Amino acid sequence: MNGIDWSDLWSQIFNFSDYGDLVVLLQNSIIAGAVLGIVGGLIGVFVMSRDMAFAVHGISELSFAGASAGLLFGVGVVEGSLIGSIVAALIIGLLGAKSRDRNSIIAVLMPFGLGLGILCLALYPGRSANKFGLLTGQIVAVDDPRLNSLIAISIVVVVGLLVIWRPLTFASVDADVAAARGVSVQALSIVFMLLLGLAVAVSVQVVGSLLVLSILVTPAAAALRVSSSPIVVPLLSMLFAVLSLVGGIMLALGGSVPISPYVTTISFAIYVICRIIAASRVRRGVSGRKAMA
Amino acid sequence: MKIFGAKSAPADAEAVPPPRNAPRHVVLRVRGGALQFGDRRLWHDLDFDVRSGEFIAVLGANGSGKSSLLKVILGQQQLSAGTMTFEGSPVTRGNRRIGYIPQQKLADEGAPLRGRDLVALGVDGHRFGLPLPRAARRREVDDLLASVGASEYANVAVSTLSGGEQQRLRVGQSLAGNPRLLLCDEPLLSLDLAHQRAVSELIDTHRRQRDLGVLFVTHDINPILDMVDRVLYLAGGSFRIGTPDEVLRSEVLSELYGSPVDVIRTRGRVIVVGVPDAGHGHDGHHHHDDDPGGNGNTGSTAPVGGPRS
Repeated sequence: MNGIDWSDLWSQIFNFSDYGDLVVLLQNSIIAGAVLGIVGGLIGVFVMSRDMAFAVHGISELSFAGASAGLLFGVGVVEGSLIGSIVAALIIGLLGAKSRDRNSIIAVLMPFGLGLGILCLALYPGRSANKFGLLTGQIVAVDDPRLNSLIAISIVVVVGLLVIWRPLTFASVDADVAAARGVSVQALSIVFMLLLGLAVAVSVQVVGSLLVLSILVTPAAAALRVSSSPIVVPLLSMLFAVLSLVGGIMLALGGSVPISPYVTTISFAIYVICRIIAASRVRRGVSGRKAMA
Repeated sequence: MKIFGAKSAPADAEAVPPPRNAPRHVVLRVRGGALQFGDRRLWHDLDFDVRSGEFIAVLGANGSGKSSLLKVILGQQQLSAGTMTFEGSPVTRGNRRIGYIPQQKLADEGAPLRGRDLVALGVDGHRFGLPLPRAARRREVDDLLASVGASEYANVAVSTLSGGEQQRLRVGQSLAGNPRLLLCDEPLLSLDLAHQRAVSELIDTHRRQRDLGVLFVTHDINPILDMVDRVLYLAGGSFRIGTPDEVLRSEVLSELYGSPVDVIRTRGRVIVVGVPDAGHGHDGHHHHDDDPGGNGNTGSTAPVGGPRS
């Protein structure tokens, strides 16, 4: 019989024996997931309003190249992915002011980054589990120093976003008027790309470079389906991202499958639910307009 | 029947142009202004004043430097020669006393932005930090929304509003910070006739109430013909300024363009025929792909007064 053993498959995907011990063992991963959810959910709102989902994907592939190179040359995966992300973010930010230019630059950079990453991994003599983890995420790899660096970078991103929140919103949704009112649209764009590069680099380490979009784009896109309030959307987006990540890690604990399918599935399910809510509102004619007497 | 008391005054005044009481305060002064990109001279020796409460339409073919003139006033572009002063001092970037209304572009669905948020950006969008809710800020935004008749859709996502509704919000946004001068860059573009009328009347009402100077860049003067005090016509590197009756004449525009141009006035509308193609000169203004006035590059259509009625 060549068929799949379904009960064995199920226990590979969901296995909750010794769950309490595993939670303690992997608490670093859970903390990392929660922190990442906050960062990803927050910056995701700007990724959406600046229409940069594709840029996130491009940056994450170069982050993967950087991480692979870091592994190969012994610089360190974290350092490598940070360098790759920031270089990619700055190139996209400097050369891609217009969205058409930006998309073609990303499309040029992305396969180059992936190719470079694959080359470095192919040359790397170490264990192959590490290699796969860079693309699809790894759960066991969050040790204390890595958790600390992740938290430190996350704080930089969150504080940076809070400081430039208002002018960045202005520049993102209404660039012409923002420039007329004296907002430095170009400078803000570069600062934003730097913060985005940092956010992508930390996300790559947990969910892997192929799936960064599921925490930097999907939660914000879902939140935008159910609200257009500039306060509610970021809060919901952070909540969705934290739920996806922490929920995904908790489910993945016992199984032998990488965490990313759990994270992406929860994140996708939330998005679908938000779309259904939005569609039913349209059917019921809820628009938010006030009836004027 | 009067619905809005405040609107009755400008409605009466539309028939007879308001008397320009002689010495009004000069808001913007341009002397010997020139703008040049490389070899291409957009305009030169430009002299004009905008006084408070004055509504000036800026007309001219595509590429004549209308939008670039606004960019200079906003401090985003430097004059090649000459001086420009706003309220007595040289123009600077990001002056809060200058309001700006761009052409209508359908807002992106990807942004969490309601009507009130768009207006609020005009109030304090340039400041760092979070937009924390404050009673004073809320009141200011509510007042601005009410003053442009947009309270009804204050909490509706901007991306779901019509072009006319979005432009009403933009007028409200531009009035934040109590400006002395309003710059409008084709604000009626891609609006239907009823909304063109409503939005231009809104701008006209506020300039009278607030004694605002208005520079209104447009390719079609007809929606605002009965509101404007003067017309600044840019063409062939030169300009004419005066009342619509003084400037919009066949002999004046023929001289300006250096080739025969006919100005036809019919049924209260102005139509200019025979304007030479301005070429594909790029003066930094937006692509008017959806230009409803039909002012393409055909060389024979009218930059002032589209064919529609």
